[in-house]
Amino acid sequence: MSRIGKIARRTFLIGSAAVVGGVAFGYYMYKRDPHNPLLNDLGPDQAALTPYVKIDETGITLITPRADKGQGAYSVQAALLAEELDVRLDQIRVDPGVPHPAYYNTALSHEAVPFLPTDDGMVAETARGVADAVMKFIGMQITGGSTTVPDGYEKLRMAGAVARETLKRVVHDQTGIHMTRLRTQDGMVITPDGTEYPYTTLAAQAAQTDLVTSVELRDPSQWRILGKPMQRIDTVAKSTGTQTYGIDVELDGILHAAVKINPHLGGALDGFDDAAARTMRGVIDVLPVTGGVAVVADNTWRAFQAVDAVECQWGQSPLPATMDGHWTAIEAAFVEEKRDSTNRDLGDCDAALATGDALQATYRAPYLVHAPLEPVNATVLVGDGRVDVWTGTQIPRFVQNNVAKIAGVEPDQVHVHVLMMGGSFGHRLEDDVVRQAAEIAVAHRGRPIKLTYTREEDVTHDYPRPLAMARAQGQISDGGIKTVDLQISSPSVMGSQLGRQGFPAAGPDAQIVAGAWEQPFAIENYRVRGYKPDLATPISSWRSVGASQNAFFHESFFDELCHAAGVDPVAERLRLCDHDDSRQVIQAAAEMANWGADLGPNRAQGFAFCMSFGVPVAEVVQISQTDQGIKLDAVFVAADVGKVLDPVNFENLVQGGVLWGLGHAIMGETTYTDGAMDQNNFDSFESLRLYQTPQISVLGLELGARVRGIGEPPVPPAAPALANAIFALTGQRLREMPFQKFVDFA
Amino acid sequence: MKLTVDGRAFDVDVEPEMPLLWVLRDELDIKGVKYGCGIAACGACTVHIDGVAVRSCQTAVGDVDGPVTTINGLGQPDALHAVQAAWVEHQVAQCGYCQSGQIMQAADLLAAIPDPTDTDIDDYMSGNLCRCGTYPRIRAAIKTAAKTLQEG
Ligand code: FES
Ligand code: FES
Repeated sequence: MSRIGKIARRTFLIGSAAVVGGVAFGYYMYKRDPHNPLLNDLGPDQAALTPYVKIDETGITLITPRADKGQGAYSVQAALLAEELDVRLDQIRVDPGVPHPAYYNTALSHEAVPFLPTDDGMVAETARGVADAVMKFIGMQITGGSTTVPDGYEKLRMAGAVARETLKRVVHDQTGIHMTRLRTQDGMVITPDGTEYPYTTLAAQAAQTDLVTSVELRDPSQWRILGKPMQRIDTVAKSTGTQTYGIDVELDGILHAAVKINPHLGGALDGFDDAAARTMRGVIDVLPVTGGVAVVADNTWRAFQAVDAVECQWGQSPLPATMDGHWTAIEAAFVEEKRDSTNRDLGDCDAALATGDALQATYRAPYLVHAPLEPVNATVLVGDGRVDVWTGTQIPRFVQNNVAKIAGVEPDQVHVHVLMMGGSFGHRLEDDVVRQAAEIAVAHRGRPIKLTYTREEDVTHDYPRPLAMARAQGQISDGGIKTVDLQISSPSVMGSQLGRQGFPAAGPDAQIVAGAWEQPFAIENYRVRGYKPDLATPISSWRSVGASQNAFFHESFFDELCHAAGVDPVAERLRLCDHDDSRQVIQAAAEMANWGADLGPNRAQGFAFCMSFGVPVAEVVQISQTDQGIKLDAVFVAADVGKVLDPVNFENLVQGGVLWGLGHAIMGETTYTDGAMDQNNFDSFESLRLYQTPQISVLGLELGARVRGIGEPPVPPAAPALANAIFALTGQRLREMPFQKFVDFA
Repeated sequence: MKLTVDGRAFDVDVEPEMPLLWVLRDELDIKGVKYGCGIAACGACTVHIDGVAVRSCQTAVGDVDGPVTTINGLGQPDALHAVQAAWVEHQVAQCGYCQSGQIMQAADLLAAIPDPTDTDIDDYMSGNLCRCGTYPRIRAAIKTAAKTLQEG
C-alpha cells in the first residue's frame, strides 16, 4: 500500500498544479487537497495515475465527477483525456466515480464573484481564488453553470499527458530506449522497431515509476480529436433504447414507490387515510415521508394508482394566496433596505435622471419549472453497514451526506452511483426524491426501493426559476443611449438552494443581476442594482439562472432606447461595446442574418446580446406575420467559447438553448394559487413543439483565452431578440413573459 | 394475458387496465420505452402495435390486439434500423430520453409517407416533445432516413 500512497500524494500535487496555474497557488496553500478517493478501490495490480484516469489490465477508465445531464459532458471529458493520452475515444470507459471532496468544481465558484467575466485583473483573479477555496471547503461537487468544459479543459488534458509520459517512462526503464524515441498511439507505447506495449500491460509497473511531471500540452493545431466532429459516446445507446437512466434501474427484489406530497408548498401532512390504498393489488406498504405519504408496491403503476387513492389532509401553505400577492412582495423590495448589490455604477445616474426626461419601463418574468423529460427518481438500498444510491444527480456529495444522516451511517458508507440523466436544466440540483427514497428504504431494509415521481409530482414540486421584475430608466442624447439605470427585484436562488442543503448563503447574490450588470457596454451613466424581496417560494437554478430573465430586461430596454433615439440597435451596441471579443460576436451575428436588409412585407428581425458565464452570445430572430399568428422563421447565433471542442455537439447545444429560450418566452409560465402550482403536466405547462421550430444557424468563434461551456449562454438572448423582433413587426412592445398572453403565435 | 413484444411471446398476469407502458417496463423489463407524462402529451412512450405508432401510457394492455414493437425491437446497436442509423449519423440525442419515442414515431411516419414534406414532418412529429430542443436534428435525420429507405 505504501507505494500507492506515495504515488497518490504525487499525483495529487500534479493534479492540483495542472488545475491552478499561477493564481491558484494561493488557495492551494490556503486549503490542502483532500486525499485521493481512487485508492480505496484499487487492487494490487492497478495504478492510479491521476485522479482522472485509471488504467488496469481491463482497460482505461475516465473517472469523472462531472455528471452528464444530456449535454455530452462524458464525451467531451473523454475527448480531452484521449487527446493527450493517445487513445481512441472508443477505448475509454466513463465512470462517474464516487463522490469525494477531491472532485471539487472550481469553475462554478467563479460565477459567485462580482467581477466582470472580462476582467482578468489581479484583484478579480484573487477574488475568484478565494471563492475557489470556499467551494473546496464545503466540497461542492456540482455540475451546473456550464462549468464542465472550463473545469476539465486543463485538468483532463494534463492528466492524459502525465499518464502518457509516465507510461513511456515504464517502457524506457524496461528497454533502455530513450523516451524521445518512443511514440504513443491507440493506447500503446511503440518502440522504433515497431514493438507495441499496450498501456494496460504497463499499468502495474507504472505504479512504481516516478511520474513524469514536466509535460507540455499539445498545441491545438496538433489535435486529432478535439475541435473536429466526433461521435458522442452515448449516441448509439440513446438511439437504440439501450441507455440506462436512473428511472431504468433494475435490481433483484426491487420494490417500486410513489409519493404524494402536499401540493400547498411548505404545508404539513395533517393526517391521511390509507384504507382503500392498502387493499389495492400489489400494495406492500403505505407510510408517511417528509412532506407527504409514500406507497410501496410491486410495480410503478400500481404504486401510482395506490398513492392517488390515499386521502390526505393537507395543511396550508405560508405562501401568498394569489399571484398578485407574489408580485406585491417583489415590488415592495424596491427600497434601499432590500438593496442587495450595485455591481455596476458608471457616471452619475441620479444626476442625469434628475433632469426628468427619462424613459421608464417595467418588465416582468414568471416563475418557470425545469420539467426535464425524465421525472426525478432514485433507488436506494439500505444494507448492513452500507447504503447504495442509484440516481441521476448533479450534487452527489450532498446526496451522500443527506442519505447518511437519514440512514444513520457515516457518509463513506453511502455509495452514490450517478446515472445518466434524462435532462435536468437545474432540477437535479435538488435531492428531495433521494431523501424520500432513503426514508422509505430505511423502513424496508435489504430491499432496493425505487421511488419514481409521477410527472405531476415532478412538476408541482419542482423548484422554479424565481419571479423577477425590473424597473428601467434611461435617457438618450445626440442620437444615442446616454443613461441606463436598471433595478431588478428577485428572490435569491443561491439562498434558497443552499439553504435547503444547510448552508446559509451570506452576502449578495450575484445571480439577482447576472446577465445585466456585467454587460460589456460603456454607457455614460450606467447602473445596475439588485434587490432581494422577502418571498419564501422555494426556487432554484434554471438553465442560465439569473441571465434567463435579466437579459430580457436589459436587452429589451436597450432596444427601446435605440428606437427612441432613432439609432440602429446593432450599430449602437457596437458604438458602446468596450470588449473586443463581444464586438466581434455582435458583428458576426449581424452579418450572418444580413442585418438591416429589407426582408419584404410582414417580416421583421430583432437583435439581442448577452454575456453570461463568460460567453458573449448574439442572436438575431426573424419572424413573419401569418394568418395563424407570428411565426418563427430563422435564428442566427454567434458565440465565443474560446475553443469549440466538439463542433457537432456545440451546434446541437446552441440550437437547444435557443429553442429553450424562445419556447419559454412564448408559452412558459408557472403560477401558484394558495401555494399550490396551477400547472402539473405537459398539457397545462406547454412546451415548444417541432412545428414551431425555426431554422437556426450557429457560428462558434474562438477568440477568448479561456475555454467556456455552451450549455446555458445561448438561452438569455433568445427572449429579448424575439421581443425586439415583435416590436419591429407590430410596434407592440412586450415587457412581460410569456408573450402568448399578448400576441398570437402560429 | 398473451402479448407479443419484439417478436417474443409473453404471458402476463396483470390487470387489463394497466397501461402497456408499465407492463413493458416493469413486468417485461423492456426499458427502452420511456415514461414522460402518462397522459399522451409527450410521446416518450411511443411503441408500434401492428406497425402503427401508439402512446403506450394511454393504451390499456387489455386492449392490445396485435404484435408490439418497441425501440429495443426496431433495431439493435449492431444492427440499426435506417431511422436509428440516421439518428446516429446526425447525432440527434442530447439527454436522449425522448428519442425512443421520436424514433418510433418517425419510423411510423416513413412507413406511411416514404417521402415526407416539411409539413408532413411537422404534423406527424409535433406530439413528441423534446425538452432539450433537438428538433432541427430530428428534421434532418428523418430526411436522411427517408432517403436510405427509398434507396434500400
Ligand atoms: S408518457 Fe406517454 S405520451 Fe408521455
Ligand atoms: S433529447 Fe432530451 S428530451 Fe429530447
